[in-house]
Amino acid sequence: MDEIDRKIVAATQAGLPLVTQPYHKIAEELGLEPDEVIRRIKGMDDTGVIRRIGVVPNHYKLGLNANGMSVWDLDDARAQVLGAKVGALDFVSHCYLRPRSLPVWPYNLFAMVHGENRDEVEEKARIIADLLGPACRTQDILYSTRILKKTGLRIAA
Amino acid sequence: MLDTTDRKIINGLQGGFPVCDRPFAEAAESLGLEECDLVARISRLRETGVLSRFGPMYNADAMGGAFCLCAMAVPLGRFDDVVEQVNAHEEVAHNYERVHALNVWFVLGTDDPDRIDAVIGEIEAETGLEVHAFPKEHEFFIGLKVDA
Repeated sequence: MDEIDRKIVAATQAGLPLVTQPYHKIAEELGLEPDEVIRRIKGMDDTGVIRRIGVVPNHYKLGLNANGMSVWDLDDARAQVLGAKVGALDFVSHCYLRPRSLPVWPYNLFAMVHGENRDEVEEKARIIADLLGPACRTQDILYSTRILKKTGLRIAA
Repeated sequence: MLDTTDRKIINGLQGGFPVCDRPFAEAAESLGLEECDLVARISRLRETGVLSRFGPMYNADAMGGAFCLCAMAVPLGRFDDVVEQVNAHEEVAHNYERVHALNVWFVLGTDDPDRIDAVIGEIEAETGLEVHAFPKEHEFFIGLKVDA
């Protein structure tokens, strides 16, 4: 990424302008040619700097009021194979392996599960528990009770 | 309330928004809508908060940066003050209160990976509390699947 790419990231990280020609509008703001902005955004999309371009729904506004971070203490030897199966479940929105922080935190698999209420999240967590079987030693679900900040990534131009 | 068209937009446009001269026209065609209608509906869904964002989702890793999930056990008597100290760091991309002994969970996002440890050190010094860092060791493929 060069300086111009970074300017484009800084200009679009909060969102695209809602006009019929959003990339032209960004080009105008940055003093670039529209073709260059389009070419560079396509380039960043190809190289994975951009994960995707589209809408990000707010789970709460869609009625998915229970947001559970399910966490699992999974046998390290089986974590890759079983984690991939958990990630493939259609109700899991994020799935990661992370280091434990003992003694307070014994869990290494994190799977985000959303539902209309906690019963629904717990029902889904039972499906994960069945999938993991005895490879999982202990588990918990941490519900979010408040959003304290939500701005997303911000980089300087 | 969301109507069928809103739901079609939310389900159909979580990725793959075109990069071209008239992207809304192209996206509208695949959804069976008019260009101006799609612009108006996405604007309204943004304003009403149904969409928290519309545009490119950047990957800090691929920009040479990093994300790190962090958690703290914050005493309830100091909760608001500590959250203010944490959130004051621009690297804190989002922050959630959760029900657990570790009750504050935030994500640091930065384009300079060295900043992650530096910000964690700053927060620990400012608050006198331990920050538990949970950097991702592996991300499992998910795809796009929030159904409106």
